[in-house]
Amino acid sequence: MLKLSNIHTKYGHIEALKGIDIHVKEGEIVAIIGANGAGKTTTLNTISGILKPVAGTIEYLNHDITRWSADRIVSEGLIQVPEGRQIFPLLTVKENLMMGAYLRKDKLEVTKDLEMVYDMFPRLKEREKQLGGTLSGGEQQMLAIGRALMSKPTLLLLDEPSLGLAPIIVQNIFKIIVDINKKGTTIMLVEQNAHMALSIAHRGYVMETGKIILEDNAKALLNNDEVKSAYLGGH
Amino acid sequence: MDSILNYLFNDYIVQVATITGINIIMVLGLNLITGVTGQLSLGHAAFMSIGAYSSSMISIKLGAPFIVSLIAGTGFGALFGALLGIPILRLRGDYLAIATLGFGEIVRVVILNTPALGGALGVYGIPPSTNLGITAFFVVFAIFFMYRLEKSRHGLAIRSIREDEIAAEMMGVNISRYKVLSFTIGSAFAGLGGALYAHFLSYINPIDFGFMKSIEQLCMLVLGGMGSISGAVFGSIVLSTIPEVLRFASEYRMVTYGIVLILMMVFRPQGLFGKIKVNV
Repeated sequence: MLKLSNIHTKYGHIEALKGIDIHVKEGEIVAIIGANGAGKTTTLNTISGILKPVAGTIEYLNHDITRWSADRIVSEGLIQVPEGRQIFPLLTVKENLMMGAYLRKDKLEVTKDLEMVYDMFPRLKEREKQLGGTLSGGEQQMLAIGRALMSKPTLLLLDEPSLGLAPIIVQNIFKIIVDINKKGTTIMLVEQNAHMALSIAHRGYVMETGKIILEDNAKALLNNDEVKSAYLGGH
Repeated sequence: MDSILNYLFNDYIVQVATITGINIIMVLGLNLITGVTGQLSLGHAAFMSIGAYSSSMISIKLGAPFIVSLIAGTGFGALFGALLGIPILRLRGDYLAIATLGFGEIVRVVILNTPALGGALGVYGIPPSTNLGITAFFVVFAIFFMYRLEKSRHGLAIRSIREDEIAAEMMGVNISRYKVLSFTIGSAFAGLGGALYAHFLSYINPIDFGFMKSIEQLCMLVLGGMGSISGAVFGSIVLSTIPEVLRFASEYRMVTYGIVLILMMVFRPQGLFGKIKVNV
C-alpha cells in the first residue's frame, strides 16, 4: 500500500533521512521506533508531503506521490495525526472534528462519521462546544485522533500518540488504535514508547540517526536483545 | 445663532461618524488578514492609498461615476493585495510584518515622487460623493460579509491556519491559497475604505497613508480584539471618536494612545472582545 524507496530528506544542509526504505501492507499496524532525533517524525512529515525529499520515491496505492502537495495527499486518504496533538486550540471540539472532514463533500456520511467518533470518544461529545485548548492532554489526543478519523483515512499516520500522557490514558488510546485498525484502517505508528508500540504492531522498524537499522515482525523485535537493551530498558 | 450652532454641530457629528464608518470597513479588512488568518500586516494603509488614488484618478481624469470609482478602488486594492500576497505570504511572523511595512513605505514614496499622482501636493478636487448613508451601507455590507465568511467552510479553514499551519495543512487545507485569498479580500476592503475616504475629503495626500496610519488601524484592532468582528467595530469606533472628544488635549493624544495600549497589553492582551492574544 505504501512504499518508501531510498528516501533522503534534508533540513537545509543537514540530512535528516539518509536513504530510508519502508513498506506498509494493507491492514497492518507498522511501528517505527527510535530515540529522539532519529528521524521518525521527519519520515512521517515526508510521507504526508509537509516535507519534500531530495531523493527517493514514495508510492501510495500505486501512485507516485513523492511530489504531490500535502492537500492532495490528504484527499487520497493518507492522514497524519501530528505530534504533540496539534489540535486547533481556539476552535471548538466540533469545529476541530469538522476540520478533519474539510476535504469531504459527502455531507450525510460526514454526519454519520461524527456520530461514530462521538461513540468512540464519548468525552468529546460531552465537550462538543468547548474550545479545543481547554481539554486535558488525553482528551486532546482523542480529539486529534477523532479529527483524523473524520477524514476517512485509508492509511493513518500516528506521531507519538503516547507523548506526555499518563500510562492509563496511553493504554486507552492504544486500545482505540487497535480498534480503528480492526475496522479496516491501515496504521503507521511512530513511537518512543517502544514496548507499547511493538505490542500492538504487526511489524516494526528501528531507526537511528536517519537510517533504518532493523526491520522485523513486532514480536521478534520485542525479543531482540539489541532492541531490548537500547529501547525497552531490558537487561 | 442657535440654528447655526446646531447646523455646525450636526455637520461635525456626521463627519466624525463617516470617518468612523470608513475606519470600520478598513479595520474589518485588517481583522480578516491579521485577526482571523493570523498574518501580521503593518502595511494596511498602503492598500487604502491604492484604493484612494486609483478611484480618485478615475473620477477626475475619466469623469467616471462614483460607483465605478468605488469598484475600481476596491479592485485595485484586491489586485495589489494578491500581487504582494503571492510572494510574501510564505514569510512568517516578524518577516511578514517587515515585508508589509516595507511595501507600505514603497507605495507612499512612489506616490510622493509621481507627478501624475500629484506628488507631495496631493490630489485636489475629488468629487465629494461619499456621505454617511453610503458609508453606513458599506459598513453593514462589510460586517455581513465578514460574518458569513467566518461561519463558512472557508472561514473554518482560514481560522485553522491561524491556529496551527502545519495541522491545517495535514487536514488538507491549501494554506498558501487561503492566505493569499484572505490577504486579497482584506486589501480589497482597505481599497474600498480608501476610495470612500478620498471621495469624502475630496483631497488626499501621501502623508495621510503612512506607516502611522497602518499602526493606527492595527491599534483599533488590538483594542477591540483580534479575530472578533464586534471587536474590530468597537475598536474603530473608540479610537476614531476619542481623539475628537479629547481635541482640547490634542497634544496628549498620542500619549493617551500609548497608555491605552500598554494597559491593554498588561491587563487584557486579547482585546476587549477578542479571544486571541497578540502573538507576534
